[in-house]
Amino acid sequence: MKFRKSEILFFALRNTKLRIGVFIVALFAFLAIFGPYFAKYEPQDFAGPGYNPPSGEYWLGTTTFGRDVFSQFVYGLRSTFLVGFVGGSIATFIGLFVGFLSGYKGGLADELLMMFTNIVLVIPTMALLIILAAYLKYRGVFLESVFIGFTAWPWTARAVRSQTLSLKTREFVNLARITGMKPLKIIVVEILPNMLSYVFMVFILQFGGAILTAATLDFIGLGPTQGISLGLMMQQAVLWNAIQLGMWWWAVPPGIAITAIVGAMYFMNTGLDEVFNPKLREM
Amino acid sequence: MGKYLRRKIIIYLLTFFFAVTIDWVIPRFMPGDPIRTLLSRAAMRTEAMDLLYNYYNKVFSLDLPLWKQYVNFWFSLFKGDLGTSVYLFPSPVFEVIKRAVPYDILLLVPAILLSWIAGNKFGAFAARKKRLDNTILPIWYVITATPYMWLGILLAWVFGVVLGIFPISGAYSFSMSPSLSWEFIWDYLKHWILPFGSLFIVQLGGWAIGMRNMIIYELESEYSRYMEAMGAPAKLIRKYAFRNAVLPQITGLALQLGVIVAGALATEVVFSYPGIGYLLLQGILNGDYFLIQGCFLFIILGVLIANFFIDIIYVIVDPRVRRGMSGETA
Amino acid sequence: MALKIKDLRIYYQTLRGDVKAVDGISFQVKDGEIMGLAGESGCGKSTLSNALILLKPPMKYISGEVFLNDKKLPIDNYEAMRANRFRGVSIIPQYAMNALNPIRKLKQIISDLLEHHGESFVKMRDMIEERLKLVELDEKVLDLYPIELSGGMNQRMVMVISTLLNPSLLLADEITSALDVSSQKAVSKMIVEFRDRKIVRSVIFVTHDISILYQVADSIMIMYTGKQVERAPTETIVKNPLHPYTKLLISSLPEVGIKYSQAPLKGIPGRPPELLNPPEGCRFKDRCPVASEKCDEEPPLVEIEPGHQVACWKVGAIDD
Repeated sequence: MKFRKSEILFFALRNTKLRIGVFIVALFAFLAIFGPYFAKYEPQDFAGPGYNPPSGEYWLGTTTFGRDVFSQFVYGLRSTFLVGFVGGSIATFIGLFVGFLSGYKGGLADELLMMFTNIVLVIPTMALLIILAAYLKYRGVFLESVFIGFTAWPWTARAVRSQTLSLKTREFVNLARITGMKPLKIIVVEILPNMLSYVFMVFILQFGGAILTAATLDFIGLGPTQGISLGLMMQQAVLWNAIQLGMWWWAVPPGIAITAIVGAMYFMNTGLDEVFNPKLREM
Repeated sequence: MGKYLRRKIIIYLLTFFFAVTIDWVIPRFMPGDPIRTLLSRAAMRTEAMDLLYNYYNKVFSLDLPLWKQYVNFWFSLFKGDLGTSVYLFPSPVFEVIKRAVPYDILLLVPAILLSWIAGNKFGAFAARKKRLDNTILPIWYVITATPYMWLGILLAWVFGVVLGIFPISGAYSFSMSPSLSWEFIWDYLKHWILPFGSLFIVQLGGWAIGMRNMIIYELESEYSRYMEAMGAPAKLIRKYAFRNAVLPQITGLALQLGVIVAGALATEVVFSYPGIGYLLLQGILNGDYFLIQGCFLFIILGVLIANFFIDIIYVIVDPRVRRGMSGETA
Repeated sequence: MALKIKDLRIYYQTLRGDVKAVDGISFQVKDGEIMGLAGESGCGKSTLSNALILLKPPMKYISGEVFLNDKKLPIDNYEAMRANRFRGVSIIPQYAMNALNPIRKLKQIISDLLEHHGESFVKMRDMIEERLKLVELDEKVLDLYPIELSGGMNQRMVMVISTLLNPSLLLADEITSALDVSSQKAVSKMIVEFRDRKIVRSVIFVTHDISILYQVADSIMIMYTGKQVERAPTETIVKNPLHPYTKLLISSLPEVGIKYSQAPLKGIPGRPPELLNPPEGCRFKDRCPVASEKCDEEPPLVEIEPGHQVACWKVGAIDD
């Protein structure tokens, strides 16, 4: 599938799903980047009387300890985006590397790599992460992203491997081989461009997945030992009975943000699929 | 078929081996003296400390050669001795976990099965009607993007606090004790419905989306087109498409087990539901090494067994695997 | 008259406009006739055959009428056509090797299909086994899955299935294109045998390979960019073609016994015009060696002699 760049841009700009998705993600990204400048307090500072519902003074109310929920929210967004980006990138990269190597080389390398992939695949990520995180005293957001990245790659590896396998046998690759092109050049010039669109979509899914995994880890108490994140906010809220006390403003907004961002990413992914795959476009 | 199953078993054995190794490696190779670090985290109780110390000495001691520690680790596993819980001293870990398992099974099995079946039916249905598809697809995307614990929080808030219909913590009321009376069962169900609901709803979205995509793919296949050209009614074509589309969904179920386990853990925390997830959390908070370990192994075993079970079902259902045709799909 | 088509137009809907794939075709196929439909890739022959049985988006019916056995064939009405599919009109599609559900046993596929047409697999079992013999398939294949058969076997299975209810019109869409030469011979002979045994009444044999048509077709119709160019009995087309395009096509075929060094193969220079905005007048004029100003006006299809129609102003002008 060779496209003209202009053709892709044309469809990309028109695709509703893509537009909505990008808009929502951009909205939250904006909040993450610039929100802290609007926040009047640091997330852990004492801001005022606790148990306050949202008001003009405290946009998202205050926690049991009198901390400003809005400040926690925007700083938490930052860490969420960071985890998504770093974790997603690592997972995408490893998945690409393993899947590509496996598919292109074939033979023994393929067998071994796939066996390894299947093993990592079957182990429930969460259980592994729990073990890893439970024994490390100091955990930062970055470390968490690395953990997630190193455990989320198997499905990507398998998918990339099938893509590689199917591309490997396509005519234009064989043609390149017959004309004596060096293997590396074949990979870069012929195969990679066709997979670029796929890689992009994979990254989006990994980004969203990393956010969800991080939120769950944080919630269980295996998140960063310092700082704040959306998952941590929810953990604190539940730990201090926010629900029973009716303090919805503490527990609900973080989840809305995660659902919105991850949902928007899934939307974007479907939209991108339509842009790159002419058959799916609605006439 | 034999080759397929043999290969799967090898993978599962290797996985178990790998997981257990990791379980030993991580605490062993942490910075600092592993024994001291672990002991310092444990909740203070002298009898517990002694037990812990004895065990740690066998497994993590800096005096013994590495390989011996590793072997000791495996030995104690095979003895079936998962140790004594510190958090719930003096109950043996095995007992503690045994008590929690039924709650997990009663929660997870219906949630997984029902959401899978309902999601597939729903997804197949939507694939037929374009209008319905356009409106409901975004909804599925949203619910599948919802973190399990947040949906739990929402449900707890709406139905538990605001509307006050359902209780939001524990598996049964404090005043009751487990028995087979109608009273207890009713009380249990009331406590069960919200955690079940959050697990069910989030998974439903994922299955529906997957099935919808698979059905569309099958309906566009060449065999569907040929049936159409031969005047086959839409119903027959849909039936074929559904049967073909279900296969990858079965594989998908195996792949999702790890994710669902995570979701169940989080949900149990929200509702203080006494399953393995809740135990795990308590273990972590209390530095109860034995408990964490026991839960971890249990989870791994459970997932592996479930995977194997699904593999067998897949073999029965897909003739390609039976004839040794298909490459790895699961 | 088994099949009569009048001024049929079928276009493809695309983002950039309508592709005029079949643009005003009229012809007839007699009872018991095997008509070859030949032309380059993209000339509209596959569109034509598929439209006759399964017209769905992006194909768009524009105008024209089709009569099968003197009854109107409602190709533009998807639902109404259902009664005609399989019994009246049937097809051996281009994708025949993948046309069967891989995870359903062959006998079940057949039985499901027959059931929905009001027939019983059990009652027809003997006849099915006879047909299988005709295409050189063992009756044991009925218990197998399509994935257990080779591509060629699948195609022959499709040949049996498509003709089970003795359709009046069989469309064979490029059934020999993916085969080796000896299989091509076997398959085309099977088609002739189907016709001879009255299993099918008439056949439209779509291909780009005129040499096969020479073996099996009674008459040949040549298409070029959506239009008919010539139609005549096989002998006439091959020995005495009149349209410049047909002449060039025939002359570009290799002849047995003649080496390249003696008489190099001639191709037809240039490329066919695109079907989005085809040129005014004769569509072959840009590649035609004898084109002139008159060709800016579209030549009508004229019956030069009984059974021989040509669409060219210059008929009779080239001596070869």
